Amino acid sequence: MSVGAAESVSAGATARAGEFFTPAHAILGLLLLAYPAVASDFFLTQIGGYSLILGMIALSLMVLAGYGGMVSLAQVTIAGAAGYVVAIFGQNNSGVYGFDWPWWIVTPLAILIASLLSAVFGWIAVRTEGIYTIMITLAIATACFYFTQQNYALFNGFPGYTGLRAPEVLGVYWRDPVPFYYLCLANAAVAYFAVLYGGKSTFGLTLQAIRDNPRRMRAIGYDVTAHKVFAWWLTGLIAGAAGVLLVWFNGRISPGTIAVGPAINILIIAVIGGQRHPIGPFIGAAVVVIIQTFAIDLVGAQRFNTLIGLFFLVIVFVSPDGILGLWDRFRPRTSRDGWNSGSQGAGL
Amino acid sequence: MSESATPGHDPLAQGGAGPARPGRLVLWLLAVVVLAWLFFAQWPDWLNAILISKKAFLSAVLNGLTLAGLYFLVASGFTLVFGLMRNVNLAHGTLYLLGAYVGYEVGTRTGYWLLGAAAGFVVLALVGLIMQVLVFRRLEGDDLRQTLVTIGISIVGADLMLAAWGGTTYQFILPDWLDGSIKLPFITAFRSNGAAVYLTYPFYRLMVLVLAIAIGIGLWLMLNRTRIGMMIRAGVDDRDMLAATGKNVHLVFAVVFAMGAGLAGLAGVVGGSALSVAPGEDVRYLLASLVVVIVGGMGSVTGAAIGALIIGLAEQIGLVYFPTYGVVLTFVILVVTLSLRPQGLMGRPA
Repeated sequence: MSVGAAESVSAGATARAGEFFTPAHAILGLLLLAYPAVASDFFLTQIGGYSLILGMIALSLMVLAGYGGMVSLAQVTIAGAAGYVVAIFGQNNSGVYGFDWPWWIVTPLAILIASLLSAVFGWIAVRTEGIYTIMITLAIATACFYFTQQNYALFNGFPGYTGLRAPEVLGVYWRDPVPFYYLCLANAAVAYFAVLYGGKSTFGLTLQAIRDNPRRMRAIGYDVTAHKVFAWWLTGLIAGAAGVLLVWFNGRISPGTIAVGPAINILIIAVIGGQRHPIGPFIGAAVVVIIQTFAIDLVGAQRFNTLIGLFFLVIVFVSPDGILGLWDRFRPRTSRDGWNSGSQGAGL
Repeated sequence: MSESATPGHDPLAQGGAGPARPGRLVLWLLAVVVLAWLFFAQWPDWLNAILISKKAFLSAVLNGLTLAGLYFLVASGFTLVFGLMRNVNLAHGTLYLLGAYVGYEVGTRTGYWLLGAAAGFVVLALVGLIMQVLVFRRLEGDDLRQTLVTIGISIVGADLMLAAWGGTTYQFILPDWLDGSIKLPFITAFRSNGAAVYLTYPFYRLMVLVLAIAIGIGLWLMLNRTRIGMMIRAGVDDRDMLAATGKNVHLVFAVVFAMGAGLAGLAGVVGGSALSVAPGEDVRYLLASLVVVIVGGMGSVTGAAIGALIIGLAEQIGLVYFPTYGVVLTFVILVVTLSLRPQGLMGRPA
């Protein structure tokens, strides 16, 4: 059904360039670029930047789930790994490590290590299929959380690392509201278009074919495991970049950042947004961040988790394809080929 | 394009456990002898030097065994529900914690711990029944949505329980006949006057182990000797064929789900009495169930027992001998199992 439900890839690689320069993209891009002109600092970073960061992490999940049929709950762990690398090799004021390497080494290193970790997770998780993948990745994420919490030698245990600062480059401090927003926007845009392109590339199409029928692909001669692990590595790049931004945004990293709650939060974002199109995770992130921020006014300071949970339940019950699915439902159907809308294939 | 997958990864290529060969039997006997010697003999100094002390080692093993019993109680329901309905109930930890709270309330109000344990089972079985009828039956055959719904339930449940019981830690008051500790026939040391020092151990923890074994045997008997057990096993193997033979599948599902949830609730009371009840325990036991069931093989009660034994022992022994890396040991076991037998130790290839 939802997550992997074969979104028609039949459009194929033909309309490659035309896909990027649509009117919708132009309007959305202009709106997002002009957003700082109207938004206050709070709306710029706490809502705008944060949504874009969470959207990127959810995007990495959406690629794995939507194109690869592998629902992962370990994406925030991968982002957190990048964050810990920034803390350990960069600057922190927790008095543990903090090698103070320059940002242009630390940042690529963080993303690289996160992506390699993602590949390792993938290598473990691809031994399983469908619903099992959720269980394995949840187990991995939880184990990592407990490990970072117990281990003081490397991860500084429960308090984690504080005092992490974004770099000052070209005379701009990149944690200032406007530069940080544009930084997030640029990263998100790169990730978004990369996914849009990757989904129609040969690799993307192969991955989707593997999702729909791994046995047949194996029989044709594709290395199913290698393709899946490579997909994990690629999504690790996105999650890792988001992790670096997240650490600059928070100024700290601790086991709480990669706990089970945040991990499930990412899944909620991806499900609420919908898995059909790379824009889904960003919509979901914006919705969740806005609810989280303003639920306090609605239901008091404590119970916003209940509100999010109920909203999530309603979405899962009403529209398996999230908000994008709602949009699809009320749109006249043109290109959906009826025989392909079933839930065959990966079953996810 | 690229090279095809290596043949070794095909789960069908690996058969089940073969017939017991004489060589293997000798190995088992040897292991039993070594274990018995470790438990009963007086240790030479070099062994004490390696394993800290006999007392530490024996306590770790016993703690591991009782923890395994607790894990088995939690995971057996999880694995049954999964095997039958292909439903990964990620709210299983929530059921555990709710059972603990319910048991605590009933136990302290009435003053009878046993009543609390019974309430934990019965109330949670009802909750499970309601969940199955109201939620999962509507989403039948839709694995992912069922799983997502359980995630939603666990979020809402954890938050509401936090609202109702707050963030404080609760401690059960055990009845006298369960409290205290007993002497075990394991000599840990000799006093200077030659008197032997025996290992003492909390009586309640041993009772947890006994209860887990009893429930394990009960489950096994139910699954293998009764009609409903036969239906459950048939459903695990082929749900559609069971329905096609005219059996009331929904009744079987409801029974299994109620039983699984009830076991989680009972485990909540039992585990909460051994340790304590606090928010966050739900995640801990969800992780434990996940790892136990993945290692043991999904849908197999025997597998849950073996998995619980391995994970419980690994966790407690790891806690004593390499404290900060204890979780890593669990994780390594998970990875090794997955790479050697992706379907779990007792699981059958899907």
